[in-house]
Amino acid sequence: MLSRTADHLYWMSRYIERAECLARLVDAHYRMSLLPHSTEALESSLRSTMVALRVDRAYREKREKITPRLVLDFLTVDREFSGSILNCLRAARENARAVRGSLTSELWETLNATWLDARAMTARRSSATDTGQFVEWVKERSHLTRGVTIGTMMRDESFHFTRIGTFLERGDNTARLLTAHQEDLMPGADAEAVPDPFEWSVLLRSLSAFEVYRKLYRSVITPFNVAEMLILRDDMPRSLLRCTKEVYSNLQSVANHQSTETERRAGEIHARLHFGRMEDLTSRGVPAFLEEFLNRLADLGDRIATDFLVPVGA
Amino acid sequence: MAEAPYNEMIASSGVERGHYRRYAEWLANQPASQLAQKRAEADALFHRVGITFAVYGQEEGTERLIPFDIVPRVLPADEWTRLETGLKQRVRALNAFIHDIYHDQAILKSGIIPAEQVLCNPQYRPEMQGVEVPGGIYAHIAGIDIVRDDTGEFRVLEDNLRVPSGVSYMLENRKMMMRLFPELFSSHRIAPVDHYPDVLLENLRSVAPTGVADPMVAVLTPGANNSAYFEHAFLAQQMGVELVEGQDLFVRDESVFMRTTQGPQRVDVIYRRIDDDFLDPLAFRPDSMLGVPGLLTAYRAGRITIANAIGTGVADDKSIYPFVPEMIRFYLGQAPIIANVHTWQLRRPEDLDYVLANLPDLVVKEVHGAGGYGMLIGPAASKEEIAAFRRQIIATPERYIAQPTLALSTCPTFAESGLAPRHIDLRPFVLSGRAD
Repeated sequence: MLSRTADHLYWMSRYIERAECLARLVDAHYRMSLLPHSTEALESSLRSTMVALRVDRAYREKREKITPRLVLDFLTVDREFSGSILNCLRAARENARAVRGSLTSELWETLNATWLDARAMTARRSSATDTGQFVEWVKERSHLTRGVTIGTMMRDESFHFTRIGTFLERGDNTARLLTAHQEDLMPGADAEAVPDPFEWSVLLRSLSAFEVYRKLYRSVITPFNVAEMLILRDDMPRSLLRCTKEVYSNLQSVANHQSTETERRAGEIHARLHFGRMEDLTSRGVPAFLEEFLNRLADLGDRIATDFLVPVGA
Repeated sequence: MAEAPYNEMIASSGVERGHYRRYAEWLANQPASQLAQKRAEADALFHRVGITFAVYGQEEGTERLIPFDIVPRVLPADEWTRLETGLKQRVRALNAFIHDIYHDQAILKSGIIPAEQVLCNPQYRPEMQGVEVPGGIYAHIAGIDIVRDDTGEFRVLEDNLRVPSGVSYMLENRKMMMRLFPELFSSHRIAPVDHYPDVLLENLRSVAPTGVADPMVAVLTPGANNSAYFEHAFLAQQMGVELVEGQDLFVRDESVFMRTTQGPQRVDVIYRRIDDDFLDPLAFRPDSMLGVPGLLTAYRAGRITIANAIGTGVADDKSIYPFVPEMIRFYLGQAPIIANVHTWQLRRPEDLDYVLANLPDLVVKEVHGAGGYGMLIGPAASKEEIAAFRRQIIATPERYIAQPTLALSTCPTFAESGLAPRHIDLRPFVLSGRAD
């Protein structure tokens, strides 16, 4: 297939996944804002989340104050902030439009309708309640997009590049969200300690992992259990291990004459998680591990672009 | 001039024409609310499916829906058969003309067309002189605009031989009609149009460079911001071929390749939707970001077919249009089946005299102008405008042609206020390939 087509498919799925991740995050914070919690805890969680997502600078350029309402609006519907959910949906649709002939009509129509409806909904929204409804809807649209992708696309290169985009983006997001809470994961931190349950439950909820955690651990939420679950569990759909496994296997399906090293690196990232133990992570420190992981993922993204897509900066 | 336009649906007696009778009966029985609902349904579907065209110079993301009307234009089979024969005849002569002027120039030598009309025309491409193209075909896809005058006679308004567009809207409109009103299709015998992409693909493959066993076809688009992008994507998808931009292609050893995820892949036929000027920055406009450097070299070497060929624009220019009936006689030895609109060529003194004496009743067009620029519509112009135009004509008469003001035929159309007559024209697409 055309390199440019693969590139658009890859970015289409990255953007829709990013929109979903943001929607999950906004949703969790929005729900928390309805509970009688300290505003301080909520604001501090928002602040560290923005830092982890590397959008804090863009936010500060627009506003000084951090209030839940302002931050959530910024992440959700800000028309000028290129990373808002609204603009991610637009970017997903623009990428899809550029290759609409390579998509099934169901997939194109889903992405097109998502953008048209999102634009209409955000234009007429007025209250915070609408934000809750909007992100709920974004999650549904992302689920729908994924279902249509899996249910209608040929299992050919188009599909594999779409999946690579999805899982690179998802792995990146999960790692960043963990980074937002890394003070509790410093080397030497008490593994049994139970810090602010509030922040950690926001994290779990935003990854659809709250109930799963309860089921798996049957105990209070501890940062190291959460980290183990989100990094090393093969059966967690949003864990780092799961994401890298998907990236690696999809990459193997599209291998070409120049991609050997890229494949090897993807395999290496995956193998380190596959054979990794929580003890090894904690002795080095989870934050250091996460930072390295994010760098390796970025390197992998660049290498995929060079080997298959439109090289970054071309 | 002041004649009433021909009404496609209703004869002057006030009775529906035969081929519209069943439709008119059906329409009269549809409750207004249901029709309104169907039209809203069509709008919503077109939006969702993204059947749009981009509007230039407006806020990003400005996409308009294609125009769609639930009152069809009905052409009876006998009228269409005659049109079809006439269109094929015309395009065959136009292809013969383009081949001739890029080879022996017999028609210029015979004095039928003044040589400078062709050779000094900005659309004439000296690079094409002596180049052999597969099957001698230049205009593989032609869009001929047909109007019906007040007497009911079909006439050719203009020939479009460069990158005519609109065929996808016809196909999508037909699909929408079938979806909204399937009952109309069971009560009428309607000739199908949805095989167009198959015919187009076969046509393009038939003109691949000689010796290519299984030709690879690609559609070349300027990109997603082009007004006709929907059509480019649609045709590529329907034909099952790649939709490429200039940046996806490169030329090596006089062959054209696409950049794919599995390395370079050879291309044999390019259905281009980019104007000549932008095709190859090495040969034409050096600032073109849309084209492929070296494409002309590969083309001249016969390693790639470009459809339509480079240099077809010389045959659809307004200054050449008046000569098409002569071309049909010259190359085919036949009488033209579809007439032109009567055209005065102001470089001829007797035509100039007539036109200057009758400016308020005529339409005057600049020969290289397009899209209504450099045009005078006599009946709608003020005295001052006519006087100003008169001065321009007298200064350079050879730059102008004139035509009578046409009363284009009308068809009832849903407008804001309900059903109202609207002027229509017809753009049939004429494909020419080697099997022809």
